[in-house]
Formats: sequence, structure tokens, C-alpha cells
Amino acid sequence: MEEMRKDTPIDNEKGDNGIFLNDVNRDLYDFREEEREEDFFKVDEGLTEEIVREISAAKHDPEWMLDFRLKSLKTYNKLKVPLWGPPIDGLNMEKIVTYVRPKTDMKASWDDVPEDIKNAFDKLGIPQAEKEALGGVGAQYDSELVYHNVRDDVAKQGVVYTDMESALTGEYEEIVRKHFMKLVPPEDHKFAALHGAVWSGGSFVYVPAGVHVDIPLQSYFRLNAPGAGQFEHTLIIVEEEGDVHFIEGCSAPKYNVANLHAGCVELYVGKNAHLRYSTIENWSKNMYNLNTKRAICEEGGIIEWISGSFGSHESYLYPTSVLKGDGSHAEFTGVTFAGKGQNLDTGARMVHIGKNTSSFIDTKSICKSGGISTYRSSVEIGKNAEGAKASVNCGSLMLDSESRSDTVPAMDIRTDKSDVGHEAKIGRISDEAVFYLMSRGVSEAEARAMIVSGFANPVSKELPLEYAAEMNNLIKLEMEMG
Amino acid sequence: MALLEIKNLSAGIEEGEILHGIDLQVNPGETHVLMGPNGAGKSTLGNVIMGNPVYKVTGGNIIFDGEDITEQAANERAKKGLFMSFQNPLEVPGLSLENFLRNAIRERTGKPVRIFQYKKQIEETCGLLDMDTSYVERDMNVGFSGGEKKKAEIFQLLMLSPKLAILDETDSGLDVDAVRTVSKGVEIFSKNGGALIIITHSTRILESLKVDKTHVLVKGKIAAEGGSELVEEINNGGFEKYIKED
Repeated sequence: MEEMRKDTPIDNEKGDNGIFLNDVNRDLYDFREEEREEDFFKVDEGLTEEIVREISAAKHDPEWMLDFRLKSLKTYNKLKVPLWGPPIDGLNMEKIVTYVRPKTDMKASWDDVPEDIKNAFDKLGIPQAEKEALGGVGAQYDSELVYHNVRDDVAKQGVVYTDMESALTGEYEEIVRKHFMKLVPPEDHKFAALHGAVWSGGSFVYVPAGVHVDIPLQSYFRLNAPGAGQFEHTLIIVEEEGDVHFIEGCSAPKYNVANLHAGCVELYVGKNAHLRYSTIENWSKNMYNLNTKRAICEEGGIIEWISGSFGSHESYLYPTSVLKGDGSHAEFTGVTFAGKGQNLDTGARMVHIGKNTSSFIDTKSICKSGGISTYRSSVEIGKNAEGAKASVNCGSLMLDSESRSDTVPAMDIRTDKSDVGHEAKIGRISDEAVFYLMSRGVSEAEARAMIVSGFANPVSKELPLEYAAEMNNLIKLEMEMG
Repeated sequence: MALLEIKNLSAGIEEGEILHGIDLQVNPGETHVLMGPNGAGKSTLGNVIMGNPVYKVTGGNIIFDGEDITEQAANERAKKGLFMSFQNPLEVPGLSLENFLRNAIRERTGKPVRIFQYKKQIEETCGLLDMDTSYVERDMNVGFSGGEKKKAEIFQLLMLSPKLAILDETDSGLDVDAVRTVSKGVEIFSKNGGALIIITHSTRILESLKVDKTHVLVKGKIAAEGGSELVEEINNGGFEKYIKED
């Protein structure tokens, strides 16, 4: 922990909200490594069948995956860009380099990772975090995983945590084939199709029946090359009675060229299984974040989403939970912070199919300096979902009058034997509360940061300490920026 | 030298002046009582001394501990040793009293807080105020009863141990037990050498204190001054006399 503090702007004394930091270094989230870019292997800038074939060959795809990519490309070319969310005219697919990978193979030891890549990750505190006995680290540099490790005791339980490429070409190929983009089919929307065609990197987690993983598994992604899109795929399968917490953290340096992120997350929660999926996303301010995340729960299964959305120029992000099995349960807890020049459209979707299913959405959005934050959700209760319960609670905090906050909660209820509640609150930061805190000796900026962090606390308190501290730090950084 | 010296202070909000030329002096360790009818400007005076930006000072000065603080931000005043117990303490969801106070103490002392010592101080202070220590883990004032909010204010007072505390109707609307607890806390603060300006309508909180001076504020002006006997007098006769004289 001591060592970690030197490298990261985190002050996490026990129980601290972690928002009062001595040496906040804003550069931490906006750095890049210049020197190695010419070494990288890049494909042509536009998206053609040749590129998709090239990607597929470079990744040694099995034949079915190449077919899948080509089919996805056709779908991609047919589908239109969605028109209902934030404008994405700034995005020019012809200019996006879809695939960049460092010239290094996957390493089993951190010592073998090239120095410049290591430096970037060092600044983010990744290996230190692992030393703190986290289950494993999968670090993705641009499109490919460069470092990966799972603690022995976790592996001994039969838990698989590997990169998608390895999973695809190794003994798990059949499991991958059975699940890959079945929950999020490429036909779903244009960017899902794009993902299907050019996906690269990501994590594969398999938790066998009855196995409880008592330490969180974590993965950290960054984008680092100008114009590089990232299309990582995360596939998690938790079998019957299994239990795991997966944490994904994202951070990206700043660039002038538009960046696109169109990842895909598919979570399969078995009968009476439990999966907690936590993400802190901190994209650079020029990023288009068009991510698709979806979970499906069998009977009695539980999915919990903890989501912190920071950064990006525009985001479309609505993790979906499909409550297929009777008695299954979903919770979504999220915080979104939209600062200057940002338009973040986030929320969640709950689909109740089974009987006596329940879902709970609790979101907090914060906007500042002209940022736009839209909460968008959809609760769908099917005609057979008798006894379904759904509750939506969304709060917004506007830090000034030039920012904007919208709430778009949709509900589609097909049975009257259900119980649905909705509560929305939009508020401003209270000057009186700022004065109250200042009267005890904290500065105005700190008082505001405390109020905003407190507002986001329902999310941060669900995160492991170091992530909660990082999130509070991100809030403080956002508060400091004009 | 006076700890607090208010010289010819005028202040108000945009719509108009509320305080008109107030003079007031508080020496270290003294207990002052500020009384007056509703709307006289008592809370305004407390807030102006503490530096609430809602109010603008239109004339005069506030000198604290030998320094002119008239233009200073509230946190600077707090760091010099000023404190105010709020009439309506604000709710801050997601921020626990424990975390907040630790950060406030760190700001005031410029040093990191030693956790063991801090926890011990919390336990002792909670003990003095018949408060369960779980209080400090709760979000500040969220879901607190009126009495709990005021107790939490006095808890903060004892934890921060300022040189001068303004108590803005800390005893109003409390039941007998809560007033007793709050009074006990204030008494301890006073015995430890803390100076007080107590804004109150009742005498219950004053029972265990030695009042050095009483000020009667009417329509933004000091209408009368005296010792503890003035409290007794107003208690019996009300403010009528001073309002008529105006």
C-alpha cells in the first residue's frame, strides 16, 4: 500500500473518502508514451473486408470466428448509426485505426513487460494493486492483452481467467463459441456489428459450478495510440451456485484524433449464481464510448453492476440485465460525471422474463461546466413475469447553471401482477451546505468536492477501497477542471 | 486584548441592510448572550461573524485575535478559531461526520490526523454527550432528529475546540434531556477556556454557565447591554421595553 501511494494520487487511510489529496497530479490520466508508436503494427485506416481478414489472420482465429467477423462486417455495413442519443457526427470510421497492437507477446511475469508499457501501467498502480492480493490482472495495452496472471489458489479452484484470444484457440474454444455474441448479437446495433467484425483482446472468465472466488478478479484497459479504437470483448460465465466479483478499470490518455471505444461485455449468470461486475471508466475527453454490456440470469441468479462513468466526449452506456430465470435478481448502481464538452448518455435496462424477478436501479449523475448528462433507462416486464418487482431511483446534481441534466426513464409493463416504482430527483449544490462545511475549516473547493463525492457515495461504497479512492480522486480532478 | 472586536458593523443582503452599526467585544473565555425579538438580526450577526457569503458587509470591521477578518472566507475564520453551531445544520448525504471532521482537523492543523488518537477523542467526546459512537459513521445530519442534529453540532464544537463559538439557537426546539446534554457540552467547552456568543430565547442553556455579558439586539442595533441580570429581566418582562424605546 505504501508503495502504491507514491505512484498514485490515492490517499486511502482506512475509511477515508480519499478526496483530500496532497499532491494531485492531473497529468496522471493524460500521459502517453511516444517512443514506441512506429514499432507497432497497424492496419489501414478504413474498414474493409481485407482489414477484417488481416485482423483475423493476425489473431490466428479459428475458421468459424473469421466467418463470424465477415458476417458481422456485412451487418455493420447495412445498419445505420443510431439517431436517438448524443450526436456522433464527429466520428469518422474511415479515419479510425481499428487495430493496433504492441509488438510483444503475452507475458507471465511483470518483469518481462517492455519498459515503456510498464511505466504507463506503473503510473496507474496496476502491479502494486495485484500485490495487494487481488485475484489477477489482465492489462490491455491498445488492443491486445500484454500482461496476465491469475493467483494460483484461484486457478486451483478451476477458475479460468485468461485473455479472449487464448480462450478462443485453446481448450475453451467450444465454450466461447457457444456464448460469444449470443447475448449481444451483431445485429443488435451498428457498433455491436462493428465489434463483431474487429473485436480484439479482452478477458474470459469461467467460474465452475459451486466455486466461490473470494477475491475480486480485475482487469485494466487503456487506449494509447492516436486514432486507435478499442474493441475488447469480455465474456464471463458463472456456473450454477458459483460466485465471483470482476472489476474492470479503464483509463485513457488525451488525444486530438477522435477515439472510438466499442467494447462488448457478456455475462452469463447460472442458476443461483452470483456475479458482481464493477467498472470505473475514465476515458480521455475525445473518446466516443459506445459500449454494450449485457447479462443474463438463470433461476435465482444475481447480477450486480457497479458502474462509474468518467471522461469520454460522448458515451452511450446502458448495461442490460435479462432476468430470464424465476426469482433472479439484478441491481445496477452507477455514477456518471459529465464535465466540459461532454455528453454522457447512461443508464440501465432491466428485462424481466421470469416470475418473481426483481431489479433495482440506483444512479447518480453529476454535470458541470456545460456538461450534459442524460439518464436513460428501460424497465421491461414481460406478460409472464408475474410477481416482478422493479425499482428505479435516479438522482442528478447540477453544479452550475450552464450544465444540463435529463432523465428519460421508460417502462414497459405487460402484467398487472407486478410492482414498479420510480423516483427521480434533480438538484443543485446548496450554497448553504458549502458554507456549513467551510465553517469547520475546509476550503470552498474541498467542500464542493465533499458534497459531490458524498452524492456519489452509494457507488463508491460498493467498490473495493482502492477503486473507491480512485473514483473519489477522479471526482476531485473533475471538480478542479474548468 | 479582546478576542473578538466588532466595530461599527453594518451588513445585509442585496434587498437591504439588516445590521446597522454593531459594536461588540468578547474577551477570551467570556460567555456572551445575544437576545432579541424575532427578526432582530441575531442569526445574521452570527452568520456575518462566521463569514456566510449570503451577507455582504457594508461597513465596519470584524477583528478576531488581533486580525481583521472582515473580508476572509469562512474556512479561514474557522482555522483561526471561530466556530458556529448552526440553527439548522445541513444534511450532507454520503459524507460521514467522522470523515468530514478528520479532514477539517487536518485542514486546521496542517498535519495528518493520527487515527488512534482521533478515534479515542471521538469515543471520549461521545461519552461526554451521551452519544452512541455509531453516530459519527452516519451521514452528516441525514435522518437525524432535531435533538441529534444539535448534539452533533456540539460534538463538532468539542472535537474542533475553537477559541470562540457562536451558538445559534442551539437549544431551541429540544426536549429537556437534549437540552441537558447540549448544555453539558457547552459547559465543558466554557470550562476549558472557550469563549461563547449564545443566541437564545430561553435561559435553560444558560443555567450552568456564568454569563459575563448580555446584549439585546433590536432591529439590527444593540438596544441594551448588561450582565447576567439582563437575561433574567428579559425573561420576565420581554423585549417590549426596548422595542418601544426604538
